[in-house]
Amino acid sequence: MLSDKDRIFTNLYGLHDWRLAGARARGDWDGTAALLARGRDALIEEVKASGLRGRGGAGFPTGMKWSFMPKQSDGRPHYLVVNADESEPGTCKDRDILRHDPHKLIEGCLIAGLAMGAHVAYIYVRGEFYNEAARLQAAVDEAYDAGLIGRNACGSGWEFDVYVHRGAGAYICGEETALLESLEGKKGMPRLKPPFPAAVGLYGCPTTVNNVESIAVVPTILRRGAAWFSELGRPKNAGTKIFCISGHVNKPCNVEEELGIPLRELIERYAGGVRGGWDNLLAVIPGGSSVPVLPREICDTVLMDFDSLREVRSGLGTAAVIVMDKSTDIIKAIARLSQFYKHESCGQCTPCREGTGWLMRVMYRLVEGRAEPGEIDVLEQVTRQIEGHTICALGDAAAWPVQGLIRHFRPVIEERIAQAKARPMPLAAE
Amino acid sequence: MTDQTDVGAASFQPAHFAFDAESEAEISRVLGRYPAGKQASAVLPLLYFVQRQMGRQTGSAWVPRAAMDEIARRLAMAPIRVYEVATFYTMFQLRPVGRFHLQVCTTTPCWLRGSDEVVAACRRTAGVGGFGETSADGLFTMTEVECLGACVNAPILQVNDDFYEDLDGPRTDALLAALKRGEVPPPGSTIGRQTSAPEGGPQTLVALPLAAATPPAE
Repeated sequence: MLSDKDRIFTNLYGLHDWRLAGARARGDWDGTAALLARGRDALIEEVKASGLRGRGGAGFPTGMKWSFMPKQSDGRPHYLVVNADESEPGTCKDRDILRHDPHKLIEGCLIAGLAMGAHVAYIYVRGEFYNEAARLQAAVDEAYDAGLIGRNACGSGWEFDVYVHRGAGAYICGEETALLESLEGKKGMPRLKPPFPAAVGLYGCPTTVNNVESIAVVPTILRRGAAWFSELGRPKNAGTKIFCISGHVNKPCNVEEELGIPLRELIERYAGGVRGGWDNLLAVIPGGSSVPVLPREICDTVLMDFDSLREVRSGLGTAAVIVMDKSTDIIKAIARLSQFYKHESCGQCTPCREGTGWLMRVMYRLVEGRAEPGEIDVLEQVTRQIEGHTICALGDAAAWPVQGLIRHFRPVIEERIAQAKARPMPLAAE
Repeated sequence: MTDQTDVGAASFQPAHFAFDAESEAEISRVLGRYPAGKQASAVLPLLYFVQRQMGRQTGSAWVPRAAMDEIARRLAMAPIRVYEVATFYTMFQLRPVGRFHLQVCTTTPCWLRGSDEVVAACRRTAGVGGFGETSADGLFTMTEVECLGACVNAPILQVNDDFYEDLDGPRTDALLAALKRGEVPPPGSTIGRQTSAPEGGPQTLVALPLAAATPPAE
C-alpha cells in the first residue's frame, strides 16, 4: 500500500488551496530553475530511467516519446500539446489535476517543453470542463505574474508560453492527431501516421502530445529522483497512478495508488467494496470503456498494471475501474458502450463509421434476445473486421468491449436468445 | 438527435449578428494565442463567444448561421469551414434552446448509478417530453450527452456550464424546482461529498503535513 508521503497528487480532493501559494507549500515550483539547468538530455534520461509510461491509455514510455523530437530545430518551432480531452467513459482523473493541482501541470509543461525544445504549450481541455478550464487559466495567469513562465521562465532564460484551449464535445479529439486537427480549427478527424507528430504535428511542426497526468508527475519525479519512482509499482510498470473507481461500489472515488495493486484490494480498501459484497460482483471493466470486461474469477486475483491486465486480454487503459454487480444487465451495459462509440465515430473510415452503428444495432437486439444464436459468431467476426482496419484506434475501442462480452458472457447472450424464443408470439399487432 | 438538415434556412435564424463589446474583448484576448496566419485555430473559442453572447442577449445560448458567417469573415475562413466545425462538435447548439440546458449523461458509468432516474425527473419536473425537446415554458431543453468525465460522482446532470453530481430522482426534482424558482443551487456533489473523495471523507492524504508532502530538492 502506498503511503501518503509517496503520493504525488497531495491535493487530489481539493481540500487545500489550489493557488500558487498553496501549490508552493506542497512543494511545487521548488527549485525549478535548477531542474531546468540540468539540460535537455539529462531531463529526458531521468524520465526514461523513471520508467514512466503514458497515463492517457496507451502506456507508451514518456521519456522515449520526448526523445523522438528533433535535437536541432530546422527553423520550425516545436510544440508541446497536453491532452486534457478526458472523455473515456469511467475516467475522471485529469479533472482533479486541472481543478485541484493545476500548478503541477503547468510546471510539468515548462520542464517537458524545455526537454523537447518547445517554447509553447497548448493544453487542450475538453469543452464540458468549463469550470476546470477557468481554474487552469487562473493558475496559468498566476504563473505568468510570478515570472514562473513567460519571457524568462523561472529566471532560466528559457521563454515559455502556456495557452489553454477548450474543445467542444468530441471524444475523438482525445486521439492525438484528431486533437491537433481540432487545435488547428478543423473537424477532429485523425490523420494518417506516418508522419508522426514528432516530425509533422501542430501547424506542420514537430509536436509531442502527452496526457495531463503524464506531464503533471514529471516535476515530482525529477525532485525525488527516477529511482524513487521506478521502485514503486512493478518492473516495467513503475510508479503511482490515479485510479477512478465507479459503478456498483459502496463509495465510488478517485485514489492514487501504486501500479500493480490487486484489483480486489483497490476496490475493497478504497471504494468501500462491491455493493452487496465481493460475492455479488459480476464483472469489472478495468481501464475505461475501451478495454475488454473481466468476469469475477479474473477479478479475484488480477493486478492493476499494464502488463498484468494485458496477460488477461484486457488493459490498464486510463485505470478507470467500472464495477458491475450481479444486478447488472451486462449485455445492456456493453450495448450502451456500443452506442457511445457509434455516436463518437468521426465518420472518416468506413469500417468504423458503418461498423459502430452495426454493432450498436445488433447489441440492442441481443439485449432483447431478438437474434439467432449464430449471430453471436457473426458479431464477433464483424468486430475483427473493424479492429485494425481504421486510421485511429476508435474502431478497436468499439470492437474490444463486444469481444470481451462474447469471450466471457456468451452463455448469458445465448440464454437471452433462448428466453426470447420461448416467449409466445403476440397474437396480433394493435 | 434533432434533424439539422435545413437548420440554416429555418425561420428562427436572425438576419444579422454582431459581436458585442464583451465578446470583442474576449476575441482580442484569444487571437494572440495562435501564430500569425493560424487564426483559424480560434474558431472554437469564437463559436463559444457567440453562444455565450446569445445567452446573455436572448436567454438562449445557441449559434445562429449569421454568426458563423461573421466568424468566417473575422478569421478569413470559407464559411463552409465554420459550418463544418459547428456541426461536428456537439456543444454548439444550432437552434434555440431553453434558458437551462439540461445535459444528462446516460453512458454506462452513469447508467449503472441510476441515470434513468435523472432522465425521468427531467421529464417529470422540467416538463420536457424527450431528448432534444424544450419545455412549454421555454425554460428547459434536455439533451442526452455522452460521458461527462466525472464518473466517480455519477450520475451527473450538466446544467449550462455546471455539473450536478451524485444525483438520484428526488434530488434532481429538487434541483429543477429550484431552477424554476430562479435559484441556482451550488454545483458539485448533491450529497455533500468532498469532490471525488469517497463518501464520508478521504481515506488517504488525511494525516499529511503539507510541507513534507514533497521533500525539497537535493
